[in-house]
Amino acid sequence: MKKMVLVVVFALLGMNVNAQEQLNKNKKVEVEVNGNCDMCKKRIEKAAYSVKGVKSATWHVDHQDLHLIIDETKCTVLDVEKAIAKVGHDTKDIKATAEQYEKIHGCCKYRTDEVH
Amino acid sequence: MYKILFLVLMPLFSLAQSNVQGKIIDKENTPIANVKITISELNTILYSDENGSFTLIQGNRNLILILEKEGFQKLEIQQSVKSDFTIQLEKTASDNNIATVTIVKKQNTLGRKQKAVTNTQHLSQGELQKAACCNLSESFETNPSIDVNFSDAVTGNKQIKMLGLTSPYILMSEENIPAIRGALQATGLNFIPGTWAESIQITKGAGSVVNGYESISGQINYELLKPCSEVPFYANTYASNDGRYELNTHFANKYSDKVSSLLLVHGNTRNIKNDMNHDGFLDNPLGKQVNILNRWQYNNAEKGIVSFLNIKYFSDEKTGGTINDNSHEMVMNPNLWTSHVNTDKIEISNKIGYVYPDMPFQSIGFQQAFQYNKMHSEFGDKTHHIHHKNYFSNLIFNSIINNTKHKFITGLNFNYDTFEEHLEANFMAEYDRIDTSIGSFFEYSFDNLNNFSFVLGARADNHNRLGLFFTPRAHVKYNPFEKTTFRFSAGRGKRASNIFAENINVLASSRDIVIKNDNGKLYGLNPEIAWNYGTSFIQKFYLFGKENELVVDYYKTDFSNQIVVDLENARQVTFSNLKGKSFAESFQIEWNINLMTHLNVRTAYKYLNVKTDYATGLLDKPLQAKNRFFANIAYETHILDKGKQWKFDATFNWIGQQRLPNTQANPVQYQLSEHTPSYQLVNAQITRTFSSTFEMYFGTENLGNFKQKNAIIASDNPNSPYFDSTMIYGPVFGTMYYAGIRFKIKDKKEQNNINH
Repeated sequence: MKKMVLVVVFALLGMNVNAQEQLNKNKKVEVEVNGNCDMCKKRIEKAAYSVKGVKSATWHVDHQDLHLIIDETKCTVLDVEKAIAKVGHDTKDIKATAEQYEKIHGCCKYRTDEVH
Repeated sequence: MYKILFLVLMPLFSLAQSNVQGKIIDKENTPIANVKITISELNTILYSDENGSFTLIQGNRNLILILEKEGFQKLEIQQSVKSDFTIQLEKTASDNNIATVTIVKKQNTLGRKQKAVTNTQHLSQGELQKAACCNLSESFETNPSIDVNFSDAVTGNKQIKMLGLTSPYILMSEENIPAIRGALQATGLNFIPGTWAESIQITKGAGSVVNGYESISGQINYELLKPCSEVPFYANTYASNDGRYELNTHFANKYSDKVSSLLLVHGNTRNIKNDMNHDGFLDNPLGKQVNILNRWQYNNAEKGIVSFLNIKYFSDEKTGGTINDNSHEMVMNPNLWTSHVNTDKIEISNKIGYVYPDMPFQSIGFQQAFQYNKMHSEFGDKTHHIHHKNYFSNLIFNSIINNTKHKFITGLNFNYDTFEEHLEANFMAEYDRIDTSIGSFFEYSFDNLNNFSFVLGARADNHNRLGLFFTPRAHVKYNPFEKTTFRFSAGRGKRASNIFAENINVLASSRDIVIKNDNGKLYGLNPEIAWNYGTSFIQKFYLFGKENELVVDYYKTDFSNQIVVDLENARQVTFSNLKGKSFAESFQIEWNINLMTHLNVRTAYKYLNVKTDYATGLLDKPLQAKNRFFANIAYETHILDKGKQWKFDATFNWIGQQRLPNTQANPVQYQLSEHTPSYQLVNAQITRTFSSTFEMYFGTENLGNFKQKNAIIASDNPNSPYFDSTMIYGPVFGTMYYAGIRFKIKDKKEQNNINH
């Protein structure tokens, strides 16, 4: 019981602290990430979540963008983009290498127009 | 009949490549003809026909479609061609060039939430309109997971059962506030008009700890209509040949983009005396009801605040028993026996929710409700009065740990009940009590964003009669393959039983009431405690190009203590603590097929093994069918201009044998057989939509005209010690026909759009 109250109190305290700092603990960012399908969505979001400090990551196939909420004291948008490029998806600033791109599943090959 | 069979078989024979249909509509749902559809992968260019439709070969993949039409924004969209789909095109606006697109997948009216970790079914309004569901207890007649029982002819209320257990073991909540409890636990669903519900969620097995410790076999939550999204005026009338008339009117008003209100007014009456089984008793009690709900909603999207205020009032009156006039001379009863049940309720509830604007995953909510319930019942010379006041409040905090893969909900709640209860039967007694409880809960959920998720919850409550206790619940979901879902759940529930209010129908008999006092804190008895475990498996697959869904589930409820209602002695009804074991096993297999566009078939077989140790040994629960079969077929035509449409729906139920309590102690003419016969019921309904604002429906229940014989024991001599109206296992009225209309007035803005 006491623990629960503590959790609530801490969460509320955390909020107040945020407001005073320069680096935003809940920074909303939208970044372009290319992909094709639901498999891509899972891969992109999984890669984003692997970066410490990413609180929320949702990729939209129709807009080719990733909506992020990150803790800027722990990571940068570039860190997330690097992680995503590593699994084979081009982002606004960082492109996946040909080798990394090769590894993704056939139906996810977003660079060509043809879809298998 | 042959035609239906033909329709059913037709698609099975056409084994060749099957097609899916795409439909292009604008914002007002009007189909758009002559849209150029370019599919570069297939080197194809198609045009939509005058219904906005076009056809593609079905497949398990996505295609990129480019849609062009003058006056509309060009749209490039990735579309799955697994099943039929609808695409909405946006008109080109001179001042606005941002392309927006909505994919309206043809939604099933009854859906299983694939994302939810719990085994939850979602019933939309479309599903609720498939039957004559005048009130919520009837809205489950097209759903195999819930059985609607025929209650006694005296109270006229229908009870529901889930996993073989009656409604007291189901937690029923209105927008997540426990709603149907205490004095109205058994009858409350009958007092929620069907048109008021926006949707219903049915969760089988252990529920979430957030809503309390009382749920044992499952949870039913219903969402009411929301003031901000309702049309300014809606009316629905209903009449049936058994003399029931209903009127529903809804008035919505938007004061600004933030404040809106809704006034719901329901009235019903039954004023025709029917005695179709010629036993001298009314088949359904006469009655009238007034039911009013006023809702206010405040929405502020920028600040992340949503708030509701509800004020509810209803008053219901029912009179049953012998026909006390000469309208049915032949069966005029020499002995009079009457029943009166008056129920009143006042409720005020409000809730406020706040979502942190920079953290959409974090929110805080507070809800509270005050209700006053009154039920006065008279059955012959037995009287029961109950006044129940309740205050409930709940503070909920939702957030994440590190990221949205790890979420938690925590909070506190407080509950206060006062009961003033008075009973006059073979003895006279007052059962006044005050119950208070305070509790806290914590629920953690994990989702690996791919194929595995689980929810672990626990709550600790301190209750003046149930003591200090802990309620753990767990749910796991695993998708080994894309179309396969396994679920597992386990949990504990504990509750204080209001033995008379929950079993009010036993008063409508000459049985003596006996309570086996164990010096417990509730009527001398102890609280009910049970564990529920369950597992379910869902497989979706394509057979001959048709979408199929197979659902298998098994649940077991094990009681550590239960209030056993023993009817085995025909002179008595005994309430006692469980001595020995009591359990309910439920196995269900369900097969749903989407035979063609707009033609859906649902079938289900259910096996229920519900056993309790009574004074005379371990027996099947009386009036509970072991085997049931269910089938539902629903067909609707394409929506034509201005929303013209036909909808057809038919439900078949086969109800197996049910055990009847022992009546050996009665004279021969008042003895019943050991088991009831099995019987079948067919319900059907046709809805004709003339426009998007007007529709009519006609339907029938019990098309085969099945009537239970001997529904009331000793109906010829109701003041004898043998009289008993609790042995109802089927309909007593026979075939019932009904008809109704639905009419609405749309918003001025929408109207203008249509005229354009």
